[in-house]
Order: sequence, then C-alpha cells, then structure tokens
Amino acid sequence: MDSSILQKRKTMTTTTHFGARSFKSRLFFSIVLLFALITISIVFLIIGTLAAKGFRQINWSFFTQVAPDTFDAMMANASGKIIPGGILNGITGTLLLVGLASVIAIPFGIVIGIYLYENATKRYANVIRDITDVLQGVPSIVVGLIVYLWVVVDITKGYSVLAGSVALAIMMLPLIIRSTEESMKMVPTTLKEAAIALGTPYYKVILRVLIPSSFSGLITGVLLAVSRVMGETAPLLLTTLGNSSVNWNLAKPVSAVPLLIWQFYNDPNMVNLIWSSSLFLMGFVLLLNILSKWIAAKKSIQ
Amino acid sequence: MNSDKITKYILFGASLLILVLAGGMLYSLVEGSLPSFRVFGWKFLVSPEWNPTQGNQHFGALAFIVGTLFTSIFALLVAIPLAFSTSLIVAEYFRKTWFANVVSTCVDLLAGIPSVIFGLWGFYALRPFIVSIGLSHQGFGIFTAGLVLAIMIVPYATSLSNSIIMMVPNELKEAAYSLGATRLEVIWNVILPNARSGITASYILAFGRALGETMAVTMLIGNANILPNGLFSTGNTMASVIANEFGEASGVHLSSLIEIGLLLFVITAIINATGKYIIKKFA
Repeated sequence: MDSSILQKRKTMTTTTHFGARSFKSRLFFSIVLLFALITISIVFLIIGTLAAKGFRQINWSFFTQVAPDTFDAMMANASGKIIPGGILNGITGTLLLVGLASVIAIPFGIVIGIYLYENATKRYANVIRDITDVLQGVPSIVVGLIVYLWVVVDITKGYSVLAGSVALAIMMLPLIIRSTEESMKMVPTTLKEAAIALGTPYYKVILRVLIPSSFSGLITGVLLAVSRVMGETAPLLLTTLGNSSVNWNLAKPVSAVPLLIWQFYNDPNMVNLIWSSSLFLMGFVLLLNILSKWIAAKKSIQ
Repeated sequence: MNSDKITKYILFGASLLILVLAGGMLYSLVEGSLPSFRVFGWKFLVSPEWNPTQGNQHFGALAFIVGTLFTSIFALLVAIPLAFSTSLIVAEYFRKTWFANVVSTCVDLLAGIPSVIFGLWGFYALRPFIVSIGLSHQGFGIFTAGLVLAIMIVPYATSLSNSIIMMVPNELKEAAYSLGATRLEVIWNVILPNARSGITASYILAFGRALGETMAVTMLIGNANILPNGLFSTGNTMASVIANEFGEASGVHLSSLIEIGLLLFVITAIINATGKYIIKKFA
C-alpha cells in the first residue's frame, strides 16, 4: 500500500516535470519558427513592395529610352502622367560593365582556381587561398577607392567604363576562384588519373578532362559572381559615376542600373522611376541567382 | 621545355595576380593616406572632429569608427536570433523537407537583393513605420540602418551555420533522445556544443560584411558627422562617409577618406581572417 502510493507520487512528479520540459521545448520551437517566418516574410515584403509599386512604370519605352532629365520628370509629375523615358543607358551600361568585368575575371579566376586545386597542399597555395578569402571580404567601397587610385587617376584620367569593370572584376575574382576550386574537387580523381595514364599532356588534361567534367559547377560560380556584382552601386559611384546617354566608349563614364536607382533616389522628381528600375534590377539578379542554383541542383542529382 | 612545364608556369603565374592585387591594394591605400597621416598623425584615430570646410579643415575618424562599430554590433545582435532560428528550422526542425527548402531559398534570395534596394526599402517602408510608432522623429539613424543591415547579413550568418548544424552526428542526438531529452535539450546540450565554433565563425564573417556595407547604410543612417550618442542618434559609418563625400573631396580631404578606407580594409581583413581561422582550427 505504502509503496504503491509512493510509486504513484513518483510517476506524478516525473510527468509534471517532463511536462514543464516538453512545454519549454515547444515554446522554444514556436519562438524559433516565429523568427524564421519573420526572416522569410521580409523577402516577400521587399519583393512585393517593388512589384506593386514598380510594374506600372515598366513598358516598352522603359527599355528603349534613356533616363529623362529632371525637368521632363517634373513636368510629367505636375500633369499627373507617367514619367517619360526609361533606363536604356543604365541597361547598356550594366551589360557593358559586367561583360567586360567577366572577360577580365573569368579566365584569371578559373586558372587560379585550377592552380589551387592542383597544388592543394602546398604552403604557397594555402597562402594564396587565404589572401583570396581576405580579398573576398574587402568592402565594395574600398575596392572602388582602390580602383579610383589605379585606373581613374592613372590610366583613363577620368571616370570610365574600364575603371568600373576593373572594380567589378576584382570583386568577382575571389568568388570565381573559390567556386572553381570547389567544383574541381567534385571531379573523381580517377578521371584525371586515367587521362594522365594515357600520356595526355597536362594542358589537355585540364582542358579536356578537368574543365568539361566540372563545367556546370564553373557556370554556377560564374553566374553567382555576376549576380553579386550586377547590383553593386558603391564601387561604381567612385569609378564610372554615371552618364545621361548611352555610351560604348571604354574610356568614358557610363551609367548602370544601380547608379540610376541612386540618382533617382536623390532627385525628388524622379522618385516614381525608382521602383520600376529596382524591380527590373532585382528581377534580373534573382533570375540569375535561381538559374545558378538550378544548375547546381541538377548537377548534384547526377 | 615541354608543354607540361609551360602549363605549370602559366598556372603559377596567374596565382601571382592575387599577391599583386592584395599587395597593390595595401600599397595604394597606404600611399594615398600619407598626406593625411602627415598632417594629423595618430590623432586621426582618436579625434571625433571632421570638418571639411576650406581653411578650417580638420579630419578625425573616431566618429565614423564608433558609428561603424555601433551600427554593426547592433545589426549583429538583431541578426543572431533571426539567423539562428532560420538555421535551426533548415538544419534541424524541418531538415530535408519542402519547408526547409522554401526557407533556405528565401534566405538565398535575400542574399541576392542588391544593397541599394535594401536601402530603398528601408527608406520608403521601414523608416515611415519607425516614425509612425514614435521611435524616432525623422526615422534616420543607427537604429534604422542597423535593422536593415541585420536583415542583409542574415544570409551570411546562416549559410555556414546551416551546414555546421547538419554535420552534428545523428548518433549523438539519438543517444540524447534515448535518455529522454526533449528537442530543446538536444539542441542546447548536443547540437550547440558541437557546432559552437562553426556558428561563431559564421557570425564573425557576417559581422565583417556588416562593417563594410555601404549603400543601404548611407541611405538610412542620416549622414551626420557626429559621435553617435544613442541607438536613435544619426551618424555616419566609415563606408558611408566615403560614399557621401568622395565626389567633392580633394587634397587632404580626399587623403583622409582614403585613410578611412585603409582602416576599413585592415579591420575587415582582421575580422575575416579571424573567422576563417576559427573555421580551420575548430570546425
């Protein structure tokens, strides 16, 4: 009798104790879930805000005309019309800047990435890898400052496409190097060994075996790097400044979509153009992002 | 000389570019900041006065150093609960389910949104909200900039900690469950101790990102060259003062901005190296 009561009391205390612990656990889960939902809802908030405010401005002339001057925008605002003009100078500028930056950064990035993969354990390669990581962390505005000193002051004697591209290329380089190295590591060493055993020259091993078999990884890395620098504003402010018309001359300043957004932001008359330009830029960047993730996911299934 | 050797030399030669880049960056920044260093010396670091008016020029970086640290630390404090929760959802609670996929895709998208768009969103959506709930009159300042910054660094803080949390061996967790541990106790007593250094490292790297973030902060911090005296004070960070004043700067003013750039370069390099060191050493 006594012992059974004792038994009962014991189970009761343990269950209530467990109840408190399980309650705590569930409470913690709710808090975690809440915070995670807050985080992802911000993404939808930002995309939603841009889509709702921006889509009205997007029309044919948005892609075919250059940005209006502040007077035209003011007149349109006064008469309640949509601001005329578009962001053609920004779009062509961004394509030119990012294209040239890719031309500079991709070959160097891939070659250095291959070097790091091939010499993974060498002390010198480790130093290079560490410095690459440090370069990746250099703030974009500091990259802008440096390229200003290197290219704007010394080479083109003024703000230029070249300067902007060099800045973007410096930012792309570490990303491409590391992604190249990582995707080469995925290639089975047996493939490489088989090629070497057949007496293939080293450069052919690289060009015919290493690069083709890690190709989707390379593409993913390049796309991610491009999408990273496409929205960069700070380094461009210090290197290409902006241009009110379309320009293809590498020694002259050029505009870019993020630069136009910054310009519209600073001009109260142009405010309505901000949203469409931002929507366009974000859409493009996110598309590249998703595309690269998709390629990466496809690769990992195989 | 055979082709194998040539290939090796080409690979090696390309790797020199990294050394040249890093060395050149440091050299140019140091050279560019010499004129300012000659005038102000080490006082540059401890003087809070920043006066670009001609004839009355005096430059000191303390206000911006404090502004940067204040904003970034606040951002990190806000980001940690968000990032930690997202990591737990993706890597523990809903591991390998569609929901984890959705959450991690959203966080990836967050990483893809350009800084200037975060700034716009902060200016047109968050700032009016902060004004309307009466936290601040103008809505500009460290608080607003720090909040947006926090959201921006969440992806950097989660990307690494997700994989670290996933790497905690299942056997350990199962052993704890079999002893009657609740989920929270497993997270607290098994996952955290095992993943602590990796998680810390990813937060350090995120902090490094926050220090150098420019556009969004420039648009939201209020751009006042003063020592911030509270969470709702306006201010300027090292990155934002460069972005703001670079256009009209020349002479010693320009050189002072470059010196701030050098400081920022050195600080972020140290923070990043620390983060990577922790990963290498412990994770």
